[in-house]
Amino acid sequence: MVDQPIVEVRDLRKTFSVKHAGGVSTLHALSGVNFEIMRGETLGLVGESGSGKTTAGRILVGLVPAGSGSVRLFGHDITGADGKAQLAKVRARLQFVFQDPYASLNPRMRIGSAIAEPLDIAGGWSRKDRNGRVAELLDLVGLPKTSIDRYPHEFSGGQRQRIVIARALALNPQFVVCDEPVSALDVSMQAQVVNLLLDLQDRLGLSYLFIAHDLAVVRAVSTRVAVMYAGSIVETAPKSQIYSDPQHPYSRALLDAVPRADPNYVRHPVVSGEVPSLLDPPPGCCFHPRCPFAFERCRVEVPILRESGPDRRVACHLFT
Amino acid sequence: MAAPLLSIRNLTVQFRVDTGWVTAIDDVSLDVGAGDCVGVVGESGSGKSVTALSVLQLHDRVSTRMPSGSILYQDDDLLRAKGSTMRRIRGSEIAMIFQDPMSSLNPVLTIADQISETLRQHQGLTGAAARRRVVELLGLVRIPDAARRADDYPHRLSGGMRQRVMIAMAIACKPRLLIADEPTTALDVTIQAQILELLRDLRRELGMSVMLISHDLGVIAEFAQRVVVMYAGRVVEAAPVTQLFRRPVHPYTMGLIAAVPALDSEAPRLTTIAGRIPGPQEIIPGCRFSPRCALVQPSCLDEPPSMQTVGDGQSARCPPRIQVLGVRHG
Repeated sequence: MVDQPIVEVRDLRKTFSVKHAGGVSTLHALSGVNFEIMRGETLGLVGESGSGKTTAGRILVGLVPAGSGSVRLFGHDITGADGKAQLAKVRARLQFVFQDPYASLNPRMRIGSAIAEPLDIAGGWSRKDRNGRVAELLDLVGLPKTSIDRYPHEFSGGQRQRIVIARALALNPQFVVCDEPVSALDVSMQAQVVNLLLDLQDRLGLSYLFIAHDLAVVRAVSTRVAVMYAGSIVETAPKSQIYSDPQHPYSRALLDAVPRADPNYVRHPVVSGEVPSLLDPPPGCCFHPRCPFAFERCRVEVPILRESGPDRRVACHLFT
Repeated sequence: MAAPLLSIRNLTVQFRVDTGWVTAIDDVSLDVGAGDCVGVVGESGSGKSVTALSVLQLHDRVSTRMPSGSILYQDDDLLRAKGSTMRRIRGSEIAMIFQDPMSSLNPVLTIADQISETLRQHQGLTGAAARRRVVELLGLVRIPDAARRADDYPHRLSGGMRQRVMIAMAIACKPRLLIADEPTTALDVTIQAQILELLRDLRRELGMSVMLISHDLGVIAEFAQRVVVMYAGRVVEAAPVTQLFRRPVHPYTMGLIAAVPALDSEAPRLTTIAGRIPGPQEIIPGCRFSPRCALVQPSCLDEPPSMQTVGDGQSARCPPRIQVLGVRHG
């Protein structure tokens, strides 16, 4: 039997109301997002600010309610009428790692208590098992056992992100949403945390949704990549293909814009313009005002994400 | 060779903390020649921003001291310059832009008001003449519809547009040197590419020197001609950009280049540098990189290594590596 995806997102939409002097406007954060994640896989979700990648991640773990569309986790629909009850059934198998390890840890809580907190909330752990599990988790993320009695301020950013990861793994989740987990870290620390996430995936069979703006980091961790722009996925593909042969003009522009650590690299022309306002998105394809290939149809008709090759999908009228 | 436009010599900067003074940067030397573009790269705590702020004397005088060194700009030592000299130099000779354009702009003044202030102060331009120059400057930094945008308040502009306004303000008096401290770090990657292109064009058009400070080796590789690598308050290596990437000498530079994830190739794991960046109060004898260095020798712990020339304009603070490579006095 073919593996069922552990995450299935169908036509997910979300709007927020924004108050301002002239009244209330609607911000279109997600306009019909579709993707799935298989067991043991990492889906890299890349995009610039306002692309909707963080909103998508938050809806997946139940931090933000979905507007419309469906999200199925381990086969349970968390967006339906009894979504809350369904989410409760899968809650222990889900975890979230945020960008800022400084804000994710209580400065007055010792590391041992912070890591044990999920165990204490879940209950049913004897004191001995609980302390044993904390020691095991510290070991798993490569921190010394003496960390238990120390406070967050005694650790560097990279070490704090290890602590956050240890806490996220306390209850043996199967699926972890990582939202920009290394973007607050220095390059030398970033590589350590990325490798840790990869090692943990190998050892524990984890699946990740890895949300990031840094395309090189996404390449290092992902199995497949989805590129988002202004609330929609514009392209998904296995990672080697998206980097060597991007189909959507925005994917191409994004790759071309990344500065290479190579003084001899000759850059392609830079894409002009800026991300459109989500309060008043342009008609048709959201990227058409910046797209060098835009034609009449792009200005009137929203492109749908369709099959464009084996395991590849693109939302672009050039491919229909 | 002509004297450089800016020459920082053996600069040490210390900050007051509860327990005394901590050394933020130690024995830093770097030169920026006329028309040059020098990149300063390093991670948190490397001292790259402290170095930049020292040039314009923007540190708080009460809690900062500079026990040694000099900062020569043309004929003035900026460390010993009078207040009036510094006021003339800031803005009209040396201008600076920062990472976060929103906190550098006054939210209750229009763009035109803020740029005119610089023009009035340094060039005595007022009224219609100042207005004309403001619109001209906004056009120069490629803000579309400049005449209308001039009357907007900062919150009406995107992050990229705000950074363009900061650049317009910085070049208003045609400075000879622009110090850009992480100018694109807060911006999205496509906007970063636009701003770097703009800075490159302006540098050529105005004949400015640029000192670009960044944590991003990609930005440095693309923009700088010469690179200064800093680690934990010291310069560890300086070289022309192609030389630095072709043959890094200092083990930290080697590690930093290797740790950048590749966009155009794949590896099962990223290359890491073991250990972590030391805090400014941690006392590390000898070379401050030695606890993390794979090539460490007993002599590295004895005393801080000195900067030595390797040849081809490259120098590094790592005697063991230079010995292995063979010193050539070029």
